[in-house]
Amino acid sequence: MNGGAHMSGSGRPNGDAGGFIEVRDVYKRFSPHLTLGDRIAAKFGARVETRSVRAVDGISLAIARGETLGLVGESGCGKSTLGRIIAGIMEPTAGTVAVDGAPVMADGAKADTRVQMIFQDPFASLDPRMRVGDIIAEGPLAHGLVGKADSEDYVAGNLTRAGLDPAFADRFPHQFSGGQRQRIAIARALAMQPDVLVCDEPVASLDVSIQAQIVNLFLKLRRELSITLIFISHDLSIVRHVSDHVAIMYLGRIVESGPTETVYSDPKHPYTQGLLESVPKLVLDEKELVQLKPIVGEIPSPLAPPAGCHFNPRCPVAIDRCRSEDPVLRRIRGDQYAACHLVEAEA
Amino acid sequence: MSGQVMEKGPAGKGAGNRPILQVEDLRTHFFTRAGVVKAVDGVSFSVERGEIVGLVGESGSGKSVTGFSLIGLVDPPGRIVSGSIKLDGEELVGRSDAEMRSLRGARIAMVFQDPMMTLNPVLKIGTQMRLALTAHERVSDSAARDRAADALTRVGIPDARARLDAYPHQFSGGMRQRVAIAIALLHGTEVIVADEPTTALDVSIQAQILSEVRELAREIGTSLVWISHDLATVSSLASRLLVMYAGRIVEEGPVATVLRDPRHPYTAGLLRSLPATAKPGTELDQIPGSAPSLLALPEGCPFRPRCDRAGDACLSDPPVSSAGDRGFRCHYPIDAGAPA
Repeated sequence: MNGGAHMSGSGRPNGDAGGFIEVRDVYKRFSPHLTLGDRIAAKFGARVETRSVRAVDGISLAIARGETLGLVGESGCGKSTLGRIIAGIMEPTAGTVAVDGAPVMADGAKADTRVQMIFQDPFASLDPRMRVGDIIAEGPLAHGLVGKADSEDYVAGNLTRAGLDPAFADRFPHQFSGGQRQRIAIARALAMQPDVLVCDEPVASLDVSIQAQIVNLFLKLRRELSITLIFISHDLSIVRHVSDHVAIMYLGRIVESGPTETVYSDPKHPYTQGLLESVPKLVLDEKELVQLKPIVGEIPSPLAPPAGCHFNPRCPVAIDRCRSEDPVLRRIRGDQYAACHLVEAEA
Repeated sequence: MSGQVMEKGPAGKGAGNRPILQVEDLRTHFFTRAGVVKAVDGVSFSVERGEIVGLVGESGSGKSVTGFSLIGLVDPPGRIVSGSIKLDGEELVGRSDAEMRSLRGARIAMVFQDPMMTLNPVLKIGTQMRLALTAHERVSDSAARDRAADALTRVGIPDARARLDAYPHQFSGGMRQRVAIAIALLHGTEVIVADEPTTALDVSIQAQILSEVRELAREIGTSLVWISHDLATVSSLASRLLVMYAGRIVEEGPVATVLRDPRHPYTAGLLRSLPATAKPGTELDQIPGSAPSLLALPEGCPFRPRCDRAGDACLSDPPVSSAGDRGFRCHYPIDAGAPA
């Protein structure tokens, strides 16, 4: 794959002032771990998987301070991997991530605490044997953000901020519902006084009525703490609700990005168009026959993405050029970018 | 909920045209060490031939247990304690395991959320489909292959005959769910109970399956009970909606009517909490609190502690009101036509 094709960046072009988070040409490959035996077997024609997964395939992004970026895509598109790289808990194969000019990772290890992460499953992300208070205090104590004497008040403050009763500090995670656990995970992240929160599907495992509570909490935190949020989700309606900008990913690449309302109301890339068409809508008029116009075909294996534009086998308008040449993410109008040969830039 | 209402039928069908599925006052309880969990507690509804009914609720509302009860798959410590389930007029409650087994798959089938759990990982798809066929009728191997290939083609699997020799792991999630639906359709099933069948799938794949299922139901005339937590999915598929809360149906009616004009405060609250109904970036209307434990249900209406319309009357069981093709269970329903 010609990786260089994506150098031009996304979100807003790199190099502009105001890129609080700068993601530059990030690649992440997962290669199979081959033993000597595997290698020899492969040499003799045995079927050993030697291909690597290009989970993130040349992504550049710039996110302004206090902004919320929605990272959207279907399973296997690399959105979670990109989130982990931005959070500094996974090392990119190539490329850099900087927050406020300083890299989040140095020598392959997380450099600081400015980026915190919230995970999808609050049943898996909280240690069941620790009390809530200890879960929240552990990080700040280790990093010297708070002294031992003040930690109780500190924990209480963060619990309150996440909408929980400070008395919960003495309890264990199993005593809480999914929504409350997610609040604990949020309190834990906030206790590290982060500049950036990476939220990976933070409401996907919650019931509809609880989702609204957590979405509201994010809106409140953003308003009160002017925190920069990266909101990773497959749920297009929630992303629309919380994000200022969105980036749509497909098989490791960003295919479209721009201000949320612009992208949702006038998507340029055929994949974005198909994805938005695929979302079931509430039908409020019985006479209206719901037209579902699904994207045809399956998401290809990231082990062997199609040549050229990765979307070309499913694209209704693909031409020969799409099957051979990687489209570059380029400006269509204003802040809207799309990686499609067939979309013309507007003046 | 209101069986009588339904018999009149929204479409005004003749009296001889009885519903394919009729559930009356179904109660499925689980007798656990901590106490009796009334997962399904007095559920009544009916499904017409060829109708798609959406059963919506949050986790713990009893929607899945209702589905399992329909096909007789409630495991101890749970059991159906009372009520009636009639499939084309025949009572299913109280049948022996052997009798249910002969019905299951042949006349009433279920499609589960996770197709990896329903398909046997060590058997080829063709073998599994042949076994499903021979469980209920005598078919030759070659005839079984033909029918299996037909069924796969019908659910949109390309090159079906060759795919019969593939194993489940060689299929994607969406394809596996198509196989599960194809198996459910093998015998000209009258009713399919589908429990969150597209929840585990990607948006673009979900849209494919929704439009295929809608076509199939129309072509074959199979009735569907579509269980989901997602109002939007149900609304693009079903013609009628049942909303469950804490083991009971709290509201039912034609999908679009209920969504446009909800009468039960829970339905209204659920709708208002959807980002799709709100202006982006604004605070979402939230239902306070969380669903009650089925072990310790509040007295009277179980939604009372979270309800903004609750009053003294809600300490007693709310009555079932029905008007035309609508029904709801509330002391203080929202006025018809009131802005949501």
